[in-house]
Parts: sequence; C-alpha cells; structure tokens
Amino acid sequence: MYVIVAGGGKVGYYLTKALRDVGQEVTVIEKLRRRYVILKEEFGDAALIGDACEVRILDQAGAVRADLVAAVTGDDEDNLVICQMAKRKFNVKRVIARINNPKNEVTFRLLGIDETVSSTKLIYSLIEQEVEVGDVIPLMALRRGNLELVEVAVAENSPAANKKVRDLPLPRGCTLGILVREETAEVINPDTVLRPGDDLVAIIPSAGVQAFREALLGRGVPAT
Amino acid sequence: MHVVILGCGRVGAMLASMVESEGHTVCIIDRDPESFRRLSEGFRGKTILGVGIDEDILRKAGIERAGGFAATTNGDNTNIMSAQIAKVRFKVSRVIARIYDPLRAEAYRELGIDTISPTLLGAGLCMDFLAARPWRSIEAYHAVRETHLLSPEPEGSR
Repeated sequence: MYVIVAGGGKVGYYLTKALRDVGQEVTVIEKLRRRYVILKEEFGDAALIGDACEVRILDQAGAVRADLVAAVTGDDEDNLVICQMAKRKFNVKRVIARINNPKNEVTFRLLGIDETVSSTKLIYSLIEQEVEVGDVIPLMALRRGNLELVEVAVAENSPAANKKVRDLPLPRGCTLGILVREETAEVINPDTVLRPGDDLVAIIPSAGVQAFREALLGRGVPAT
Repeated sequence: MHVVILGCGRVGAMLASMVESEGHTVCIIDRDPESFRRLSEGFRGKTILGVGIDEDILRKAGIERAGGFAATTNGDNTNIMSAQIAKVRFKVSRVIARIYDPLRAEAYRELGIDTISPTLLGAGLCMDFLAARPWRSIEAYHAVRETHLLSPEPEGSR
C-alpha cells in the first residue's frame, strides 16, 4: 500500500513512522523547512517539502498511484482542500482528514470527505464517559452504509444486564460484535448473556444510535 | 439582499462599502479586530469577530438569509472551505471565492465554486496594457496556461 501523509507535524511524523515500521511505503509532505529537515533526517527521500494543497506537490508525491492520502495538518481548511484535491484531481480512493472542530465532521461529509478524525471529539467522548458513565462511545464512522462502530459499557442498572442478546430490543441492522469481560474478549452470539461491567463493541446504523442507547442504557442521552 | 463578506482586508472592506451603497445589507467577518478599521466611516453594517469556516459564526452573520457570500481572506483554503459551506450547506445563491493559486482556482471552478484569481487577473491585465492590447473577458484572463505557471516556491521561502 502506498500512503501519502500531508503535514509533517507531530501527528504526521508519528503516523509516518508507524506506517514505515509495518513496512508500508509512505511519503510525508511538509511545507515548513525547519520541520522538513527533521523529517528528511529520519525518513530520507520519503520526506518531501512543499504545500500539499498544491496540485503540483501532490503530483510530485505520486498521488496518482496513492492508495490513501491522510491529511493531518493542524488546519481544518487545509485538510479539506488536500483531501478534495487528492480525490478529484488524482482519483485517490481513500482520503482521511484530521479535524479540530468536531462540527466539521458534518461539513466535511457534506463536501464529500467521509472519513474524519477529531482528537477534540475523542477526548470529549472520554471526558463525557467519565461524567456520564456508560454512554455509547463512537469509535469511528465506517466508510460505507452510514454505519458506526461504537463501544458501550453495560452498567449495573442497564436494561440489558443479565439478559440474552437475542432478547434485547435492538434496532434493525445492528450487530453486536465483541464483548470484553474482565481481560478477555469473546465473540457475541445470540445466547450470550450480558453482565454488568461488560464492554461491548458493536456496529450500528447511524440512524439507530438512539434506539441502541435505549436498549443498552435505558435512556435517551443526547448524542455527542 | 443580505450579503456576508469573509475577510476585512482591503478587498473585503471596499466590497462591503460597494455592496452597502447599492442598497444591500452587509455583515463582515474577520478574525482580527484591528481589520475593521479599514471599513469606510459611513459603514452601517455588522462586524463579527471570528473564524469564517465555523458554521456558528456564519449563522451569526446571517448566512441563512443571505443572497450573497464573498470570501476575500488572504487564505486560499479558508476562502475555498467557507465558500463551499455557504453554497452547499446554506444554499446561498451567489457565492464567490478569491483564490490566489491559479490551479486551485481552476480546480474549484470545475467543482462549481465561482472563483476569482487576482494572480491571473493582475498579470493578464498588466500584460495587455504593456502590449497595448484591448482588455479581454474575465474568462480569458482566468484561462490557466501551464507554460506560465510559477515554479514551486524555493525551499525555505516560508
């Protein structure tokens, strides 16, 4: 797989490093000279200086043959343009954008960029988990079919506690995948009995989040 | 109609004055409070301090009832993103973005965002003047000629 990482700040640097460590081909693009020098030292020719928003630089990085472009600069607007250019000008199949403003997740989707990652939102979710024990935590939005990968903890007072999965009023199209109990993970089947303290990982349709929440938590906590 | 302008630089401030003088209402957004000093003394419109790629700020500026939106900040990508939000999200009927980079301007024109590239326009007008030619149409100035494109900026120039 050939990956282009646009933006060589901390996120871009560690992403590039991690991908190279597992043997993937990567080019990282950085426009600031002082950061580029550090990248060059570590990654050699896999580092490229230039503005990844420019068609020419993406072309130079070999965007036509890239399987994936990850736009991880610190500016949402730059990441949007990088992704749109990669998609529209170079037909890159998969693009991922880092965003700061969690509300831009919706905006980006509207503008054709489906995969976004927001550290603000992730941290917010973690804090909210701390405050609202046992809400449904979105892990990621899946690329196709408006599906979301979520995690939820079964609380003592959960309506799903001590019940078989087959007896839960789950929304249509919802798949309970994995259950983490103590330190072990197991695949959930219809006869699995959920116990307080269990962590579930499920794939649910975006439209069914509320129904899923009610089935597992018994209340309609507003979505993040 | 109501017009929202993003960026209170020379262009944005002057545009605000022009729009107002034609009897429209204006709200102008900029992230630098000092920038509003550029507005003409008689300016009666609203000013909003904030970032124009934020939907909440655009709403505050009355984007939902706006008939026009112009993005004139000095950041190409800010202009591109805000123009797309205005057009796609808020369905503003007339949206224009100023984009310095000719290739980016062309790419987004292909995507249905109306753009003005001062780079192509300025160079083209100067060229026609020097050659003592009559002025051409705006489309002619915006036709990107690969041979004229500048080299990428030299290393370390930023």
